[in-house]
Amino acid sequence: MNQALPIVIIGTGLAGYSLAREFRKLNDSRPILMLTRDDGHSYSKPMLSIGLTKGKSAEDLSMAGPGKMAEKLKASIRSFTEVSYINAQKKQLHFGSDESSIEIVHYEKLVLANGASTNHLSFPGSEHPNILSINDLMDYRQFRQNLNGKRRVLIMGAGLIGCEYANDLLNGHYDVTVVAPSRTALNGLIPAFAGDALIQGLTQAGVKFLLQRTVKEVVEESSQLLAILSDGTHIETDLIISAVGLKPNIKLASAAGIECNQGVVTNRYLETSCPDIYALGDCAEIDNHVLLYVLPLMASARALAKTLNGDRTQVSFTAMPVMTKTPACPVVTCPPRIQSGKWLVEQDGINIKATYVSTNNEVLGFVLTGSCISEKQSLAKQVKGIHL
Amino acid sequence: MKKWLCVVCGLIYDEAEGWPDEGIAPGTPWEDVPEDWLCPDCSVGKDDFEMVEI
Repeated sequence: MNQALPIVIIGTGLAGYSLAREFRKLNDSRPILMLTRDDGHSYSKPMLSIGLTKGKSAEDLSMAGPGKMAEKLKASIRSFTEVSYINAQKKQLHFGSDESSIEIVHYEKLVLANGASTNHLSFPGSEHPNILSINDLMDYRQFRQNLNGKRRVLIMGAGLIGCEYANDLLNGHYDVTVVAPSRTALNGLIPAFAGDALIQGLTQAGVKFLLQRTVKEVVEESSQLLAILSDGTHIETDLIISAVGLKPNIKLASAAGIECNQGVVTNRYLETSCPDIYALGDCAEIDNHVLLYVLPLMASARALAKTLNGDRTQVSFTAMPVMTKTPACPVVTCPPRIQSGKWLVEQDGINIKATYVSTNNEVLGFVLTGSCISEKQSLAKQVKGIHL
Repeated sequence: MKKWLCVVCGLIYDEAEGWPDEGIAPGTPWEDVPEDWLCPDCSVGKDDFEMVEI
């Protein structure tokens, strides 16, 4: 293995920077080159959706610029650099879209940490500049800028992101309406009885929910927006947040001949189908799992750092609870991976402790809401990790 | 006693409370928390914690 050729990491989000950091703890000298199409600022995505609650500006949420990160990590970092092509046979990357100014870099090991992208609904008016999705710090800066001087926000989507931003905007004293096609909140992540508790908590706090409908058209009228819903309701608002789902970025990998499914396919060593190419974070599908959360990302970064340093290591996913940071009714869940059990539910108002148990009473998963989230640690211990 | 904030997920480690679930007794100062301790909520290492002024 040629130690002088760099490890190249595409992406400087939590995945890319955490991997670089974990690698540097093991190896001080091997060159690292990081390429990002964004501004290269280090930030924490989980903190964005509680920004208003914590009184933080977009600037406050940047932990370090790329210059400081390059120094801390002893790495080269090229921001505003989009990789246009990976030649997996020659182990080369191309960046630059202009034929005359294509740069080519050779990698020894390549790591894809280029994340996921938001889904976009398409309808008349959907291109309006005051319809925003927020998936990184640059998006967040735009959001806070557009939010200035506004009062009302409409959120499309009642998933984890939609609900967190709903609560955060409420805490920032904005008027919040959530529109979603689902019957309840966090549909697909938690059972309906828990989703309903979250809806109740947020509603009691002042969020308006318009469920089982979608936005069909947005019209600009004087200095406000008019959202027309599928049931004919008209909502006047100032800003619309689109929180309608996230999909791993697979185009670059796919074009290189790397096997992709919903995400970039890897085994438990984070190895893709191409030798010397790895993937982790939101872009990856690790042993059939796409896990758009921080705990699996961190476990992956630790394992991959060892592998890149010559000590091939499998990632091991212990029980990894997913938290929804909605102070009006916080939620913690370990979604059950096997569906052959049943829910045992204790509920008091919006406070739920529910465990999903198998026929021989093994705890396969759980959901906690409201004050019951204090039981998180003890329940997480009882759940088996994703079987790896 | 001081408080330490996880900059990735916002969890607070309060020295006065410790983290008894993982054998860290109440009153354990941050320096004495084992170096391989990970944030219980998001599993980042101690490096990613900052002291917060109360």
